[in-house]
Amino acid sequence: MGIYAFRLPDIGEGVVEGEVVQWHVEVGAEVDEDDALIDVMTDKATVTIPSPVTGKILSTVGKPGEIIAVGAVCIEFEVEGEGNATKSGEPNDEPEAPAEDETPEPASEPVEQPKPAPEPKPVPKPAPEPVSQSQTSIPSSALKGGTGVGGRALASPAVRQRAKDEGIDLSQVSGSGPAGRISHADLDAHNEVGESAGGIQFSQPGEPADGTTEIPIVGLRRKIAEQMTKSYTEIPHFSYFEEVDVTELEALRQWLNVNRTAEQPKLTYLPFIMQALVKLFKEGHHGCNGHYEDEREVLVLHNAVNMGIATTTDRGLYVPVVKNCEAMNIWELGGELRRVAGAARDGTATLSDLTGSTFTITSLGRDGGIGATPIINTPEVGILGVHKAIERPVVVDGKITIRRMMNLSSSWDHRVVDGANGAALVQGLKYLLEHPTQIL
Amino acid sequence: MEQISCQVLVVGAGPGGYVAAIRAAQLGLDTIIVEGDRAGGTCLIRGCIPSKAIIHAAERFESLKEHQGGHMGLKVDGDVSIDMPALVDWKDKIVEKLNKGVEALLKANGARLVSGWATFLDGKTCNVTDSDGNKVAHITTENVILATGSKPIELPFMPFDEENIISSTGALDLEELPEKIAVIGGGYIGLELGCALRKLGVEITVVEGLDTVVSIFDAEIRRPLERWLKKNKVKVHTNCLAQGAEISGNAVELSWKNKDGDLVSETFDKVLVTVGRKANTTGWGLEEMGVKMDESGRFVAVDSQCKTNMRGIYAIGDLNGEPLLAHKASAQGEMVAEIIAGKKRAFEPVAIPAIVFTEPEIVSVGMTPDEATAAGENIIVGKFPLAANGRALTLEAEKTGGFVRVVARESDQLILGVQAVGSHVAELSGAFVLALEMGAVLEDIAGTIHAHPTMTEAFHEGVLKTLGHAIHTM
Repeated sequence: MGIYAFRLPDIGEGVVEGEVVQWHVEVGAEVDEDDALIDVMTDKATVTIPSPVTGKILSTVGKPGEIIAVGAVCIEFEVEGEGNATKSGEPNDEPEAPAEDETPEPASEPVEQPKPAPEPKPVPKPAPEPVSQSQTSIPSSALKGGTGVGGRALASPAVRQRAKDEGIDLSQVSGSGPAGRISHADLDAHNEVGESAGGIQFSQPGEPADGTTEIPIVGLRRKIAEQMTKSYTEIPHFSYFEEVDVTELEALRQWLNVNRTAEQPKLTYLPFIMQALVKLFKEGHHGCNGHYEDEREVLVLHNAVNMGIATTTDRGLYVPVVKNCEAMNIWELGGELRRVAGAARDGTATLSDLTGSTFTITSLGRDGGIGATPIINTPEVGILGVHKAIERPVVVDGKITIRRMMNLSSSWDHRVVDGANGAALVQGLKYLLEHPTQIL
Repeated sequence: MEQISCQVLVVGAGPGGYVAAIRAAQLGLDTIIVEGDRAGGTCLIRGCIPSKAIIHAAERFESLKEHQGGHMGLKVDGDVSIDMPALVDWKDKIVEKLNKGVEALLKANGARLVSGWATFLDGKTCNVTDSDGNKVAHITTENVILATGSKPIELPFMPFDEENIISSTGALDLEELPEKIAVIGGGYIGLELGCALRKLGVEITVVEGLDTVVSIFDAEIRRPLERWLKKNKVKVHTNCLAQGAEISGNAVELSWKNKDGDLVSETFDKVLVTVGRKANTTGWGLEEMGVKMDESGRFVAVDSQCKTNMRGIYAIGDLNGEPLLAHKASAQGEMVAEIIAGKKRAFEPVAIPAIVFTEPEIVSVGMTPDEATAAGENIIVGKFPLAANGRALTLEAEKTGGFVRVVARESDQLILGVQAVGSHVAELSGAFVLALEMGAVLEDIAGTIHAHPTMTEAFHEGVLKTLGHAIHTM
């Protein structure tokens, strides 16, 4: 058994001391090589220092909040074999003088200065590993390119200098040369792709490809193609986006789902949005729930709210319709939505289920996204895209807090709906979704 | 007294300082360099250059003597004699030429050399006084590059008088050759001078505290030198510590404790003390600058950019620690000038070559086999003897039993280090260090055509040997 004195390693360029943030180990603990020992905070980063050896911890120096100098012994291990030191306090284990105002455990005996080395040593010390600006752990051997003398990235002086100039961390560059040597071309490639994480080897590109595959556009696909062309070429679209804080809506939804009866369907966000739209169409936004019959040059506003729900099926895009939303409560909306969407998916939808919509919602929930420009389901005058609700940091009352946020994308037929009208409807929707008790 | 303000103030015009000043001026920085002695530093005035001149002269003398008995079909009739004042004068002319060259380079690049000794008042201000103590300038600066170098360590019980107890400086200015010299400290400085003086006919006794001379090298590398010392009757006392020197007239009675702990003494004409060098950290106001020293307290603490703890103050060369080598100082000087000019640089060489001009010469670049193994590398090693190199034979460079040794990583054949020992091998160091800096693997060198007949072929063959297929050795 030997003693291994672990000195706080050089944890970054120019860093001479670090503050102990947290110990991951205590005296007496058995640790394996690479186990986390201690978190040390410098002015550049907080670094988790892994254990260089396997052994038992005999002593530690520095409590959380205290400063340790780089090069100071901070841990003594009992290790198999010889170790690198004798017990603390003996001459070849001179503890670092404590940093100003901080007093680690005093050495048990006075210590001597080490004797000056008789001759200069010709081999340079390995340079410090670069440390990034964030929480980092130092892997014992995790370089991507080849490793040179002293474990540093393998590259010629010109390549190293260019990396410095361009702020490239060579340890993050894959080297294509012998022994993983990094070339100028590797730096070019690195700059082009940015950097993919980890030690990823790019897959080998295949042979140059030839030939084509023809897919006839028939049936529903052709119908969709025609409708889309008509909508997109005839309707001058404009799109409008907003984000909505659905934290409270989510709480309400959860509460309703927990307290629902066996017959009541589990609610998604859509029934709430549908009901909010019903309310808005009735109260001042009637102009958005209509058909523009352009040949007659008449905007036909509907009193019924028949909500088309864009639905992906195995056979393509369908828009089943929930009819007379204005006559349903939230549970009924949820139930009918489920029924028509299910019918569209399994092919049992009736013609009535698939026609007569006055407004359409396309839910992009599962695919997330932050914005889309949905195409209006002609002859309707508007369409609403609903994105996935996710927790995001937002500023509330001057503080950054985590809120569940949902983005809405809408498109409108500018021939009959002006920007102000479309925006007003979306703002109204935002207000209702953020104050969900007013929807019900 | 002149008031000067500048962007960069360099203190010390040695190989670190003058290079820093030239580079800073090239980069358009308003640069002042202060030096109390002649420009060139220890390296040029009393180190590398004059010692190599004397070593070369000693070689010439030795070979002329060899020809007295007839050698290579060449015979010198009559005496071969040494005129020390003329030899020293020849050496001084070389030094002077280089010194003038450095001053001209500084001037041509627009760095102003202010003659005198700088004394710092604070981190950004210094006074410069001439050797008579008159103030000649008051300098304020934005950046300071400290390059004050180092000087020989003196033994407290036998201070240098440069007459009887001499330093390496005194050994380079001997107006008369002594018959018997003791060298205290068998490091590379002591042995370089010791070998040269031996060739000039001086009896040499080396007193070394450790159990070998030039202990920075491993046994295999040391062996040809140790053989030469023995063959040439240089007495080497290892594990011996000098105890004192009694000076009487022109003789010095040196006493030391031998390895059994007994006190022995012997009389010499002079005692050369070469027990190491220490950084010049005192006497010029370093303590006023708030600059932190390293753990040992012997050097100024710097980071990988040679920055001290004080903003805008840099320390380069011997002042910031080992290795105390001119080429390290120059590289750092150039780098610091570029950092001050706003470039992103760090001192991160793969290797700093170390060369010893003993007989035979020794070169070490990168890791030795022991160091590589200690660093956890699995290595392969190949050694090629100069005795199998044609050019070495024509130069009689094989006679000292030298070789080139290549250390490579087994897994990817990256060259980790190259060492060579032998006459004239110092000139091979460039190839070795280039291989390391370029990240060469064995096949890179194996696939490079080395000119015949040159000693560089020994490097090529050493690499082939490491790969297991050397051509010219079995």
